[in-house]
Amino acid sequence: MSETVLEIRDLTKNFSSRRMYGRDKIENIAVNGVSFSVSAAETLGIVGESGCGKSTLAMTIMRLYEPDSGKIYFEGADITQLKGRELKLVRRRMQLIFQDPLAAFDPRLRVDQIIGEPLEIHGLGTSNSNHDHTAALLRRVGLYAEDMQRFPSEFSGGQQQRIGIARALALKPRLLICDEPVSALDISVQAQILNLLRDIQDEFGFSYIFISHNIVITAFMSTRIGVMYLGKLVEIGDTELITKSPRHPYTQALLAAIPEPDPSFRENSIDVSSEHVEFEGSPTGCVFRMRCPVARDVCAAEEPQLRTIGDGHQAACHFA
Amino acid sequence: MRVEMDKSSINLRVAGLKNFWRRFVRNKFAVAALGFIIFEVIVAFAAPYIVPYDPYKGDFLATWALPGKTHWLGADDLGRDVLSRLIYGARISISVGVLSQLAIALVGVPIGALAGLKGGRLDYVVMRFIDVLSSLPTILFYIILMVALGAGFWNLILAMTLTGWIGIARLVRGQVLTLKNTDYVRASRAMGAGTFYILKKHILRNIISPIIVSIALGIPGAMLAEAGLSFLGLGIPAPQASWGQMIGMYQAYIRIAWHLTLFPALVLALTMLAWFLLADGIRDALDPSSRRHSA
Amino acid sequence: MLNYFFKRIVGAVGVIFVVSILTFASMHMVPGGPFDAISLEKQQMVPENIKRGLNEKYGLDAPVWKQYVLFVRNAAGLDFGYSITYPNRTVVSIFKQQWIYSLQLGALTFLFSVIVGVGLGILAAVNPNSIYDYLGTGVSIFCLVIPSFVFAILLQVIFSVWLGWLPTGGWNGPKYWIMPVLANSLAPILVLQRHTRASMTDAMQANFVRTARAKGLSRTRIMFVHVFKNALTPLLTVGGSLAAGLIVGSFFIESIFRIPGIGSYFVTAIGTRDYPMIMATTLVWTIIISVVYLLTDLFYALADPRVTLIKE
Repeated sequence: MSETVLEIRDLTKNFSSRRMYGRDKIENIAVNGVSFSVSAAETLGIVGESGCGKSTLAMTIMRLYEPDSGKIYFEGADITQLKGRELKLVRRRMQLIFQDPLAAFDPRLRVDQIIGEPLEIHGLGTSNSNHDHTAALLRRVGLYAEDMQRFPSEFSGGQQQRIGIARALALKPRLLICDEPVSALDISVQAQILNLLRDIQDEFGFSYIFISHNIVITAFMSTRIGVMYLGKLVEIGDTELITKSPRHPYTQALLAAIPEPDPSFRENSIDVSSEHVEFEGSPTGCVFRMRCPVARDVCAAEEPQLRTIGDGHQAACHFA
Repeated sequence: MRVEMDKSSINLRVAGLKNFWRRFVRNKFAVAALGFIIFEVIVAFAAPYIVPYDPYKGDFLATWALPGKTHWLGADDLGRDVLSRLIYGARISISVGVLSQLAIALVGVPIGALAGLKGGRLDYVVMRFIDVLSSLPTILFYIILMVALGAGFWNLILAMTLTGWIGIARLVRGQVLTLKNTDYVRASRAMGAGTFYILKKHILRNIISPIIVSIALGIPGAMLAEAGLSFLGLGIPAPQASWGQMIGMYQAYIRIAWHLTLFPALVLALTMLAWFLLADGIRDALDPSSRRHSA
Repeated sequence: MLNYFFKRIVGAVGVIFVVSILTFASMHMVPGGPFDAISLEKQQMVPENIKRGLNEKYGLDAPVWKQYVLFVRNAAGLDFGYSITYPNRTVVSIFKQQWIYSLQLGALTFLFSVIVGVGLGILAAVNPNSIYDYLGTGVSIFCLVIPSFVFAILLQVIFSVWLGWLPTGGWNGPKYWIMPVLANSLAPILVLQRHTRASMTDAMQANFVRTARAKGLSRTRIMFVHVFKNALTPLLTVGGSLAAGLIVGSFFIESIFRIPGIGSYFVTAIGTRDYPMIMATTLVWTIIISVVYLLTDLFYALADPRVTLIKE
């Protein structure tokens, strides 16, 4: 068993708000009791549709949002409540790659200042003294050393994402959380970036949490996959198992929705109502029951927990 | 600011400024206004060297003198030359205008920035405070404060600062809130940056220009407030010369000494006009999309 | 909806209280103020029995907060004491006798500004980029740039001193109204012209193109009325803050033109440090302004309930 780099237990983050003088409470539990672990040099993919909480999950793990309950263990240590200098030290080892690469850069800064920022924050020199280091990073991600004098807005989307990756690598982290890193890029460029990510993982040996709404890409990148729906983790397991024999109805629906290029292929698609239904008040039972084709009474009455149904394979459904 | 394809960042700043200047210069009124204001500033600075008479010394032979050869704009009840007093009045106007805005920025910017950045309870308290203070009618507030503090240059600056910090605090807070939620600030935090680092590196340079604009646009308002308060006897006290004060003092004698109120009024009006045209010109040069012929 | 009103009322009451405390506190800070027992002693003009009464009423030996409570209680009973400038008149009686002049000035100003401001606004909206539009904009700029008291002085010098057509001050007939009303109208005209033009242009663009096309130009007259009605609603709300502004802004004008309204009495009070008068006027004005804003908000909420949903 390789070392566990990250473990989260029952992590919850909600954005509930209460109106001033009224009794209305707008519930919005973005991340609802999610647990999983990530080992060294592995990639855990998190897949789900928009609004399922995957980005919030990423932010909460990074402590950019404060978790409302649950625990985060990084490299064995409990970092849930860490503050100040200790948290800063941890932050060197966890990095984030954003969906919109240009938005992730201060438009007034040059590339070398951007890549040099993590080093500067941790007192490892200014962008001037780290010239060589920056040049090496740029070359590693497929750009030129001269590019460091330019501004990020002068680059294409794919190149901007490469800059983002270079910045994330600057401190040699243990864990990289990629929040939809290719969703904003052209298809032709997506493959290049994904391959780059895999290459550097082979070289440096860090772990990824790869977040996407596209299950095909997630399957390509990940050793294990977790499926999220409305803040809950509904299924998790090795990529092979998830893609070949999904047990949760939602996962099955996701896989069935993948367009098949063969026009003569006519398999039954799973009927899932396309409307995303908002819950009023507190939801009872299974989060997916409103759209689930096999939902029964028990689904409304009792919330299914994640049960192990195979080797490292878990699903949260009464009928999995 | 458009990014040119040059390879150095200095060009970036210069290109932005050059564009701004080019657009500004096209507006003849704004340029004339700027010229007038610069002229006033120079006059104010050079005042001790260019005044024809000592503004504090009265000539008993010239009391109530109407405009003429010896006193171009006439003399007041103590025989003091009006032109000289007007020139010194410019010093007062400009110093009150500039100093008050600087003080306001000094107080308002940190408050707004911290409230926006820290959020939570601090922000809530500051916002409530701002809400209450901004619903009070400013003029009354000024008057009460000045009656309590007594007339005087520094009291005036203090009163203006106490009432005026709200505007810029709100502005800065808004800017900071927007910036706080950008991905790059989040990225900085994710990398371990502390509040002050983020402030210094990412936030300050992005809010500096709205702050400068706010200061510049606040100057004419401050000058006007000084004039109004001095008119009531609450601003700059005699024997110092302030345009508003002169209008207020001699307004009762308008029949026999119209020159004592007319000229300060004209100078004040011209100055306000110049500032308005300048501010309009700056606003248009910064954002030409708002070029509709509405005041 | 009730929520919204409730919050607004609480807000207004809060503001009034804050202002009263501020005024009270700052008057208290001043040596020789109305609460300085020693200086009151020195005012020989105050008859003995009144002095005793004052001591009782204002509790000049009591702690500050108690004085404030007494002040509020007296104020609620409309008793603000005697004016220092006119020691045999109570502040309240001054108000009662003089407010009518301020009201007249305010009403005339309002009338004039509406006619001119709205008129110019309509002309500008109906004839965009014409001479009328530029005229309207020019007038607006003028009103924005020239402070009202400066304009007042200019008018006085030109028409009273040099030309002798109009009297310098007083309030004894239509001739006396012209200059004060003109000077006082600057700010209102500016606001009204701008708002009328803007809201009429909006209304016109919304309906005009569609309806004119569909129904043909012969309907323009009916359309005009409709447009006009739409344009009026936002104006009514602007009128609220206008009214509030008129109340406070006119004291410069009253003072310059020697109109015996509350404003000029206020100005004199400032000069003579007549604290009871100052405090009373400040409080009354704040209350009036708060009430006017409150009514405007309420009216606006009734007209367009979406306003109440805005989260603070």
